[in-house]
Amino acid sequence: MLRSGNCAINIYWLQVNVMISYARFLRACLPALAVMVTGIALAQSPVTLLNVSYDPTRELYVEFNAAFARYWKAQTGQDVIVKQSHGGSGKQARSVIDGLDADVVTLALAGDVDALYINGALIPQNWQQRLPHNSAPYTSTIVLVVREGNPKAIRDWDDLVKPGVRVITPNPKTSGGARWNYLAAWEYARRKYGSEAKAKAFVAALYQNVPVLDTGARGASITFAQRNQGDVLISWENEAHLLEKEFGNRVDIVYPSISILAEPPVTVVDKNVDRKGTRKVAEAYLNYLYSDEGQDIAGKNYYRPTSAKAQEKYLKQLPKLPLFTLEQAFGSWARADKDHFEDGASFDQIYTRK
Amino acid sequence: MRKVLPGFGITLGFTLTYLSLIVLIPLSALLFKTMSFTWEQFEAAVTSARVVASYRLTFGASLLAALVNVVFGLLVAWVLVRYEFFGKKLIDALVDLPFALPTAVAGISLTALLASNGWVGQIFESWGIQLAFNPTGVVIALIFIGLPFVVRTVQPVLEDTEKELEEAAACLGATRWQTFARVILPAITPALLTGFALAFARAIGEYGSVIFIAGNMPMVSEITPLLIVSKLEQYDVPGATSIAVVMLAISFSLLLLINALQAWQRARSGSPA
Repeated sequence: MLRSGNCAINIYWLQVNVMISYARFLRACLPALAVMVTGIALAQSPVTLLNVSYDPTRELYVEFNAAFARYWKAQTGQDVIVKQSHGGSGKQARSVIDGLDADVVTLALAGDVDALYINGALIPQNWQQRLPHNSAPYTSTIVLVVREGNPKAIRDWDDLVKPGVRVITPNPKTSGGARWNYLAAWEYARRKYGSEAKAKAFVAALYQNVPVLDTGARGASITFAQRNQGDVLISWENEAHLLEKEFGNRVDIVYPSISILAEPPVTVVDKNVDRKGTRKVAEAYLNYLYSDEGQDIAGKNYYRPTSAKAQEKYLKQLPKLPLFTLEQAFGSWARADKDHFEDGASFDQIYTRK
Repeated sequence: MRKVLPGFGITLGFTLTYLSLIVLIPLSALLFKTMSFTWEQFEAAVTSARVVASYRLTFGASLLAALVNVVFGLLVAWVLVRYEFFGKKLIDALVDLPFALPTAVAGISLTALLASNGWVGQIFESWGIQLAFNPTGVVIALIFIGLPFVVRTVQPVLEDTEKELEEAAACLGATRWQTFARVILPAITPALLTGFALAFARAIGEYGSVIFIAGNMPMVSEITPLLIVSKLEQYDVPGATSIAVVMLAISFSLLLLINALQAWQRARSGSPA
């Protein structure tokens, strides 16, 4: 009896012992375990970025987002999903100011990004100095698209003011691309004819030849290519190449003698990434635009890469031509807006002086 | 005097609260934003040449489109009420389509159809008439979106007018025109006016379908809503709301006028319709 009782106690004691040591083991392991579990969770919970961009970058970012997701997964083991939003550049800036939760913006012109600082205090004033090349990882320019065989013999900007030539370009009041178009024509005329007054007359004559003012760049492309309106379309270079790809047998691209260097800038939206805790991945996303792969994708989508290596590779489809920058010709976006696009400025005068 | 229906107090209270929430508060926000302008700035914003030209186009084209819809909407309603034919139900349903279609889709399809290389546009092009990218295009788009308003307001009233009345008029020796002008028309005029007011108001505010077909040339084919949008794009919120306030004021007085006209017509014809 006693022995068996003893035995029972023994067994019981053993069990307790085992349990205690197990608990000790657990307690010892717990921090390590916790780290492991959260580590797995961190690596596996995908992070989502929202890239708010302008109209013609759709194809570019579809390709780039996939490339970045691969890169980020290899670097950190974390999945990243990048959502895209596209629309007129000014409208997109407006939405971000009004609360669209963008982690990064990649817009058509610095003036629209400036608005995020001026009208919303979402980014610091010096945002453009934070990344190389004025925060423009790729550039573009403005070219002319004509009908197949160039029946109106359009070679350069001054062919656009000839009587009987109908020009399609969007409204610079509502379209970022159209502002580049307008300024490119203006600066061409100022250089050729030597004065602001003559440049103004030139641009006025050009807009007399415009039968339709669409609200955005894509709309103008459709009006030209599908509705068959006009003899020449003033267009983003990448948009022109897309048109050629789509309507290859019906349109030709004409490179003018000189054009403007468009620098579509990118930036992290500080207020949003700090709140969402996505700053690190958002910054990596933008930096990756400057990497070899990012530059190659830009070139493939007809944007002018900024790295010499990618420039070399895409020289054939993006030929060199003399380009002036907005700063050289007009000082700054704020100045250009004030002189040309505000109410009552040069663009309005074309239509109201009559 | 005791009201026949109970609950006047509570329903009026509800109506006022609901209207304030849905209509008055957003509209007062509009006025509030405009307040950041001085009177001179306001005046300059709403009377600049481009803006005035756009009022002319918006209100002119809307008026024209609503008038066209009154005539042809009445015709459609008449046919749908008075005749039986194969496929009537289908045509009846077709009338509502402009309600349901996203306006941008309407605008793009109309443009594709009416541009000089479209099916319809090329026929007119050969006669030297351009249908798209000018004020004509604006009117056509506005006719499209306004049609159901007239048909759907006139149809039920027309169904209620008794055929016997017309027969009686004919028996008493009225000509067909007299029957129409003296018997049918007075009965349906209030409904026609309502339909007209709805189509007109809808056309004034229309944006989506018009911008595709208008061509948007300053001073020529730029509608007021587009100017408001382009002001917003330039972060000129008070400028945009100023124009909106003027538009609202004009629209409201026009609608009030139409309501008054309706009341007067009712009193004159003595019909409670």
